[in-house]
This record gives sequence, C-alpha cells and structure tokens, in this order.
Amino acid sequence: MRAKAHSSSSFFCSDCSATLLAQSVFLLRLVSSVKLRHYVIRRLLLMIPVLIGVSMMTFTLSHVIGDPVAAYISSQDVKLSEQQIQRIVEAHHLDDPLYVQYFYYISDLLRGDWGISRTDSDRPVIESIQRYFPATAELTMVSMVFALALGIPIGIISAVRKDRPEDHATRVFSLVGVSMPVFWLALLLQYAFYYQLKIHNLPNLPSGGRVDQFVWIDNPLHVVTGLYTVDGLITGNFAIFFDALVHLILPGFALSYVFMAVFVRMMRSSMLEVMRQDYITLARSKGLSERVVIYRHALRNAMIPTVTVAGLAFGGLLAGAVLTETVFSFPGIGRWSVSAIVRDDIASIMGFMLIIAVVYMLANLIVDLLYAWIDPRIRLG
Amino acid sequence: MTCMQDLSKSKGATTLERPSWWEERAPQIRELKFTLYLLRQSPLVVVGFALIGLFIGVAIFAPWIAPYGPEQRFWQLPQQPPSWQFLFGTDTTGGDIFSRVIWGARLDLVIALTVVASAIVIGSVLGAVSGFLGRAYDEILMRITDVFLAFPALILAMAVAAALGRNLTNLTIALIVVWWPTYARLIRGQVLAEKERLYVDAARAVGASPRRIIFRHVLPNSIFPIIVQATLDLGGVILTAAGLSFIGFGAGAGVAEWGLMIADGRSYLFQSPWIATFPGLAILFSSLGLNLVGDGLRDVLDPRLRR
Repeated sequence: MRAKAHSSSSFFCSDCSATLLAQSVFLLRLVSSVKLRHYVIRRLLLMIPVLIGVSMMTFTLSHVIGDPVAAYISSQDVKLSEQQIQRIVEAHHLDDPLYVQYFYYISDLLRGDWGISRTDSDRPVIESIQRYFPATAELTMVSMVFALALGIPIGIISAVRKDRPEDHATRVFSLVGVSMPVFWLALLLQYAFYYQLKIHNLPNLPSGGRVDQFVWIDNPLHVVTGLYTVDGLITGNFAIFFDALVHLILPGFALSYVFMAVFVRMMRSSMLEVMRQDYITLARSKGLSERVVIYRHALRNAMIPTVTVAGLAFGGLLAGAVLTETVFSFPGIGRWSVSAIVRDDIASIMGFMLIIAVVYMLANLIVDLLYAWIDPRIRLG
Repeated sequence: MTCMQDLSKSKGATTLERPSWWEERAPQIRELKFTLYLLRQSPLVVVGFALIGLFIGVAIFAPWIAPYGPEQRFWQLPQQPPSWQFLFGTDTTGGDIFSRVIWGARLDLVIALTVVASAIVIGSVLGAVSGFLGRAYDEILMRITDVFLAFPALILAMAVAAALGRNLTNLTIALIVVWWPTYARLIRGQVLAEKERLYVDAARAVGASPRRIIFRHVLPNSIFPIIVQATLDLGGVILTAAGLSFIGFGAGAGVAEWGLMIADGRSYLFQSPWIATFPGLAILFSSLGLNLVGDGLRDVLDPRLRR
C-alpha cells in the first residue's frame, strides 16, 4: 500500500514537462481542500491546552523564583514605600488566592502587560522582546540556511556512496557535530577566524555584535523589520547589509553545525530507506539514468522526514542561540535572558519562556502543515 | 528481543543456579552473541566503546590518575602553557587543567547518569501506566508532557534551575524535570504496541495483575529502544549540563566542572587558549563516544537494518 502510494505520486510528478503546471493545480486544490482546512483547525485548537499549560508553568515558576511583585517593580523603584508596594499588589491582585491570581496573570498577558524588564533598562518586557527578537530570528534563520544547504547534499552523498570512504567521513563529521558543545565551537571559531587572522594581519571575521559601531554611525539604518540584513537591502543601505551579513557568519555557522549534522544523518537514513523501495527499482528498470533516479525520484520522497526534523531542530536552534549569543555578544533574546537570569529578573525570564514556547509551537505547526502538504498519506489518513 | 533483559538477569542470577536457566534462555543468548558480533563489526562502535571506557576509567580512578587535586592551586604559576609538569597547562588561578579535566569526568558523568537514570525511572512508571491504562489518565499525562516538550530542553532547564537556585544539585534536578517526558512518551508508545501482543493476553489469561504485566512482561520487552535512547541522551545531558554551567548555572566558582572551566577560559581565550580547549575536548569526546555507541546500537537493534 505504502509503496503503491509512493509510486503513483512519483510517476505523477516526473514524467513529462507539463508536470509543473499539473502539480501546481494539484497543490492548489489540496490547500483549499476541506480536509486540510480541518486539519489546520484541529491543530490550532490543540495548541490551546498546551498554551494554557505553558502559562501555568511560567506562573508557577515565577512564584517559586521569588516575590511575584518583583516583576512589576523597576530598578529605580528600589525604595518603594509600603503603600506603593501595596498598590502594585492590589493592581495585579497578588493578595488573592492563587487561581484568582492566575486568572489576572492571564488577562495581563493577553493585554500585553508582561511586566518590566529590569535587565533592559526598565522597558516593558513586551518591548524588550520586540527589540531583541529580530536579532535572534535573523541568527536562527541564517543557521537554518547553513544547516540545510550543507546538510542535505552531504547526506545525499553519504547515502549514495554508502560504506565507501566518503560515507565514513560524513558519518564521523555528523557524529562530531552532534557531540560538539556549541559554546566551545563558538570560542574555537572566534580564536581561529578573528584572533589568529587578525594577528597575522589577514582579513578577519568580527568576533561579536550585530554590526560595527563605526559602520552604523556612517550609515545609520532605518529599522523596518529589525532584521538588519533585510532592512539594509530594502532601504538600499548596502554597507549595513554587508556588515550585518559578515557578523552573522561565525555565530551562524557555530549554531548550525549541530543541526547540519542532524540533517546529514536524517537525509542519509531516509535516502537509504527510499532507495530500497519498489518504485526506485522500477525507475531504474525503465532505463533512467542513476542521476535522474536519485534526484527526481528518491530525493523528493526522502525530503519528507528531513522537513519534520527541521521543525524540531528549530527549538534546538533557539536553545543553541542562548549559548551562541552569549559567546558572540550578539544582542538577541538569548543573551537578554541570560543576563535576566543572572539578575533574577523574573518578568524577563518568564517573558522569554513564553515567547520561546509560542515560537517553537508555531514552528512545529508550520512544519506539520508542510508535511501534510508534501505527503498526502498524512492529510488523507 | 529480550536478550538484553537476560543479560542484566544473568549477572545477578549466576549464583542462584537454576539448572534449566541456560537452556531456557539459549535462543536469547544466541541473539545477544549475534548482537555483540554485529557491534564488533563496526569500527566506529568499537571506537565509541573505547572512548566511553576511557572516560569511565578516568572517572573511577581519578584520585590515582590525576597528579593534583581538583581544587589545588599553584598561585605563583597562573596561565602556564602545557608542559611536562602541567600537561594541559594551568588556568588563571594556577589550577592544573589536566587534573581538573580528570576530576571533571567524575562530576559530569555522575550528573549525566543521575539525570538519565532518574528520567528513565520516572518516565517508565508514568509512561507504562499511562499506555496500559489508557483513557483519561493517558490523555492527562500526554497533555502534561506536551507542555514540557513545548520548550527546548536547555531553556526549560534554565528556567527551572533559576527558580530553584543556582547550584549543581538544582541543575541536576532541573535536567531530570526536563528529561522525563521524553521517556514517558517513548515507553508509552512501546507499551501501546506491546500490549496488543499475544503474550500479554496469555499473561492476563493466567491471572497476572496489570502491575505484574507492565513491570514483568511489557517493560522488559521494551528495553532496547530505552537503551538506545539512554545512550544518546547521556551525551545530550553532558552537553546541556556543560552549556548551563557555562552560562552560570550549576557549579560554584572554582569547582572542576567542564562547562565552568570553559567559561573561566573564555575571558583569556586569546592569551591562554589552552584553558578553554582541553575541557571542551573532554566534553566533545565523552559525548562522541556515547553517540557512536548509541548510533551503532540503534543500527544493530533495528530489525530492518539488521539483515
């Protein structure tokens, strides 16, 4: 059954030049299909209990860490009078029973009142997140691109040359990647590509930060999206674009290595699995060249598990970003959260947890939808 | 399928001689021998076992191998490059990095073992009961694990460790809190698959209680995926624990812990690169050993790849 479904779909998409048109019509029909819409709605509804659970967890943790009043007090307010504190307690219902407090906590969250980030000069937490999140988003996206662009071809080579020296080399490469402490790799990269190149008077990569201060002063950027490379491009500020890009290379690579390794392994094993299927034998027996068999027939089907792993990897990227940003002094939410923890800044820590959980869940949702879109067996199952 | 179970039994049971024991288990022992044979065929797995053996040996015999104590300082000799007296050099306060890496093996391996063992115990009990009883209990447990798995491991561990207070014990607890849901789900899945099997019906037919069926029959049959997952997770826990230590959780200043040692070396990375390099290599190789073996075990135990 499984092989049959596979073979019909790969027949469908590989035989003639009109394939592309037929395929897009087919996909359009799928997206608008009732079943997919139901699937999306069901998945979105399933997120609600998890989000409630996540908020309960942050609520509990913020009560364990210390006095929840602290979340609403800025660092200038250290000498508050009893009455002032009492006013904050009343405003946020912190004297009420826990379930009432939780109710108000949720409504505060929904209204966008996430407390005050003492780590970020007393800005509201929600503003700090808006300020720092784009940097992390940019970093994780660059890493994802690195990881996919290198991981998938390496995985294919490894599978196609199974048990040859190339395969052994890639297996070692990917196992080292999975075992590599990302913060240590970051330090090694700084040492090699910043310090060593610099002392030998060679062009070197920056050791940290998002853009060079001097470049920024000469070419002030009009921030639109917060992603400096994108903003640089759309406002025509190419100096900032290139500088931001150069600043992303080392942290982006450090962060991507682990996930590249994961993609290599995934791609290798799913390629090997697919190459055993009947439709591959059939494609070969039709006299198709090995290249066509691999790239047109096997690769498409082998991509499916890799897409899923990409979604899961996204959570790992966010976690790795905490360490990478710390080493590279990269002003994203990861570094912000570490300084918040060092200062016991409850509001920032909880804001960080919430935003990570939401982003992670959304990433997984998107991947599941992509997955359903690529593989009809899931959607129609 | 059950040969690993019998391996663990055979160690304890050799003294309680039951005459028919070997004959009873003969097919499983053959299977185990075949598994070991397959494992030996892969040079990578052999390297992995060697690395794990090395680190376990170093951890056990640390007092005899390490030339100096974990917190012994040569205050007059800070930041010495590697030499015969100090094989890996000294750190900023004159601690011998070679000795500290060796003592660190003890600390980091114990943390990893504690975390994974506790996670397996908690996860097995909750997961097995959940899979076996099903219905509301299952639904509730799965939604709880959903919440835990809604965070990346390191980030949840960060928050829990921050809530509990920053020290090594709390770091370990935080990692257990983060890791048990993985096992609960894994084992639940195994139990769901196993409970439809004929031997469970047979056990029920002879009047075995649900608890006996779960712990004596179903769990031992699900042991292989748990072993593979545990081997891979040990590496993951070592990496996560070191990462948390690096950003300031866990060990207090001066403790011989790998992540913390790298953090100490970070400020002097360019003057004295060896301070951060050697503890990093220790993390890399210990985790690599575990991943090599875990990977090899997975291949060997996977019936589809076994042929």
